[in-house]
Amino acid sequence: MSSREIILGRIRRALTDVPRTEVPRDVPVYRAYLRVHGDRTPEQTTELLAENLADYRAVVHRCTETELPSRIASLLAERGSRTVVTPAGVPAEWLARCTEVERVPEESTGRQLDAVDSVLTGCAVAIAETGTVVLDASADQGRRRITLVPDHHICVVRVPDQVVDSVPQALERLAPERPLTWISGPSATSDIELDRVEGVHGPRSLEIVLVSD
Amino acid sequence: MSGAEPFPEAARVSVRNAQLRSNLRHATHTIRAKRAKAVAELADWGRLRAAGAAIKDRTLRHLDHYLEQLESAVTAAGGQVHWAVDADEANRIVTRLVKATGETEVVKVKSMATQEIGLNEALAAAGIRAYETDLAELIVQLGDDRPSHILVPAIHRNRTEIRDIFRHEMGHWGRPAPEDLSDSPAELAEAARLHLREKFLRAKVAVSGANFMVAETGTLVVVESEGNGRMCLTLPETLISVVGIEKTVPTWRDLEVFLQLLPRSSTAERMNPYTSTWTGTTDGDGPREFHLVLLDNGRTDTLADQVGRQALRCIRCSACLNVCPVYERAGGHAYGSAYPGPIGAILTPQLRGTASALDASLPYASSLCGACYEVCPVAIDIPEVLVHLRERVVEGGSATRDGARVTIKPAKGHAAERAAMRAARWAFEHPRALRAGERLASRTRGLHPTRLPGPGAAWTASRDLPRVPPEPFRDWWQRTHGGREAK
Ligand code: SF4
Repeated sequence: MSSREIILGRIRRALTDVPRTEVPRDVPVYRAYLRVHGDRTPEQTTELLAENLADYRAVVHRCTETELPSRIASLLAERGSRTVVTPAGVPAEWLARCTEVERVPEESTGRQLDAVDSVLTGCAVAIAETGTVVLDASADQGRRRITLVPDHHICVVRVPDQVVDSVPQALERLAPERPLTWISGPSATSDIELDRVEGVHGPRSLEIVLVSD
Repeated sequence: MSGAEPFPEAARVSVRNAQLRSNLRHATHTIRAKRAKAVAELADWGRLRAAGAAIKDRTLRHLDHYLEQLESAVTAAGGQVHWAVDADEANRIVTRLVKATGETEVVKVKSMATQEIGLNEALAAAGIRAYETDLAELIVQLGDDRPSHILVPAIHRNRTEIRDIFRHEMGHWGRPAPEDLSDSPAELAEAARLHLREKFLRAKVAVSGANFMVAETGTLVVVESEGNGRMCLTLPETLISVVGIEKTVPTWRDLEVFLQLLPRSSTAERMNPYTSTWTGTTDGDGPREFHLVLLDNGRTDTLADQVGRQALRCIRCSACLNVCPVYERAGGHAYGSAYPGPIGAILTPQLRGTASALDASLPYASSLCGACYEVCPVAIDIPEVLVHLRERVVEGGSATRDGARVTIKPAKGHAAERAAMRAARWAFEHPRALRAGERLASRTRGLHPTRLPGPGAAWTASRDLPRVPPEPFRDWWQRTHGGREAK
C-alpha cells in the first residue's frame, strides 16, 4: 500500500463518528463577520490606507498623474539611486524625468539585482484597513524577485481604483493562480529582545506613491 | 532536535535562569498587551474566531476529501505531491529530492513541521547542510541551541549573547560578522542580512513549511516578517515544502478569515510585513520545480480522538504561550518538542503518544487557568483537552497509535505517573501559585482527574491572569532535585 493510501485510510478510520452521508457543507460555517470594518467614503478609505501604511513605516506620498514622473525622479534622486529595475509594463513616462538613472530589465538574475539601487512597480490592489499593497506579478509589477532583492522599493498605487477597504474585498479581486506578494511596510524583525528593526532581507525602504487622476 | 529529552534534563540545561526568565517575561507581556490592542480593533473578532474554528472543523471532518482535492490542484498547477506517513519517511523524501538536484546545501525558512521531524539532522547525516534563514533560527542554529518560543525562538538570548554568537560562529558557516560588530539590534540584523544574502543568491534548493494550503486552488501561503521566506520561495530553482496535513483550508475565500486572525493573534499586527502565496510553478518567476510533502506523523492518530482532534485546528500563532503562566516560568525548552506552551502540552502527547515519561507529564504542565482558550483565535479548548489527556494517562483507555487502536495502561505505579505527579505538583502546589490553579487543585490533586464542568465554564470566569510565583521553575527544579524533594 502506498503512503498516500495509508494516510487516507487512517483518516477515514479516524472519522468513523462522521456520518457517511455527511458532506462538507453540512458542517456549518457562519460567515457572520464583517465584510468591512466601518463605513467610509472612497476618500476616507484612501486616507486610512495612507495612515496605516505610515503606521508600519512605509513612506507615503500623494500626487496627481501629471506630477508622477517628476515625483518619481525626485524620490530616486533623494535616494541617490543610479539604477532602477522596472518590469516591462511600467509606462515609460513614469521615468521620463529621470535622465541620470539607468533602467535595468526585470530578467536580471538575483546577483545582478543585488547591485541595483531601486525598484519601481505598480500594484494589484491595496488594503486600507491593514495598510497593505498586494503585487500579483502582472506586467507592471514583474516577477517576484525584483521587489525583493533591491533595498529600495517605490510602489505606485492608483487611488481610489486600486484601493479596497478590507482583506475579504482584496481576496475577491485577486487571482489565486498568480503568485502573490502582500507587503505591509518594509521588512522587519523583532527577534532581538523584541526591538523592532526595519529590514532584514527585503527592501528596507518602502515608498508608496498614491496617484489620483 | 531529539525531542525526547526528559523534563529534568531539559531543565538542567540552562545556566541562564535569570536571563531567560526576564527575557521571557518581557517578551510574553509585551506581545500580550499588543495583541489585545490589535484584536480590539476588530468589532467582529468573536465572529471571525467562530468562523475560523468552523472552517477548520469542516476541513478536519472531511480531511480525506480535501487532501485529494489539494493534491489534484497542486499537480494540475505543475507541483508534485508526496505523502509521508511519519518523520522518517518525510526526511527520506526530502533527502532524496535534494540529492536529485546534485546540491549539498539548502536554505530553509522557519518551519515547525521540519523541526518536529528533525529534518536538519537527517539532511546532515546525508551530507547536506541546511541553513536556517529566519533571524531567530539563525541565532539558534549558530548557537547550537534549540528554539524556545514559536514566534521568537531565540527569546532566551539577549543582544550581547547574540553578538558573541555572531562573532564566533558566523565565519564557520559563511560570511563572517564584522570585527567591530556591536550589540545594537540594527547592526546585528545588518550582519545577518549580509551573511545570509550570500547564501540566498547561491542557493539552488529551498525547504519551507506553509501556514495554509488551499484545497480548491492548490495554493500555499507563507506568512512572515523578514523577507527570508520570500527569498527562499522565489530565488532557488527547486522548492520543497513540508506541511502537516491539517494545514489545509477548503477555499480561497477562507483565507479572508485566517489572514485576519493570524497576524493579529501572532505578532499583534494588522498585517505582517510579507505574505506570499503560490500555486504550483509559474514560468519565469520563482522555482521551476515545486514539491509538496504532506506529513502525517501522528496527525491522523490525533484526528481519531474526538476530544483531542481540535488541537489540529491550531494555526501556530503562539498567543497561548504568551498568556500562559506555566510557560512563562518553565520556558519553551522544558516541553521537549517543537511545540512549547499550552499547545505543545496537548499536541505533543497526541502526536507522539504518552508512552514516555515526558510526554505523559505534558498534560500536567498547566494550571487549567484557561487563559489559553480565551486568546486562541480558533477557539481550541485547551483545558478540556488537557483534562481529557490526563484522564487517559491516569486511567488508561483506548487511543490510536500509527493508525491502530491500542489500549493504554493506567500510569499508576509507572515512571509516567511519577513524571506526571512532579509536573502537576509544580503547576498546582507551588507556594503562592496560580490563583485559578489553586481553586482547581483540590479537585485534581492526587491524579484523580475530575471532569471539569461544561466547556469553559470554570475557567472562562477567571479572566485575569494569575500572578507569577517568586521562584521560577528551573530554580525550583534544581533545589528539589527534579521535584523529588518537592515543596
Ligand atoms: S493553540 Fe490557539 S492560541 Fe495556541 S498557537 Fe494554536 S492557534 Fe494559537
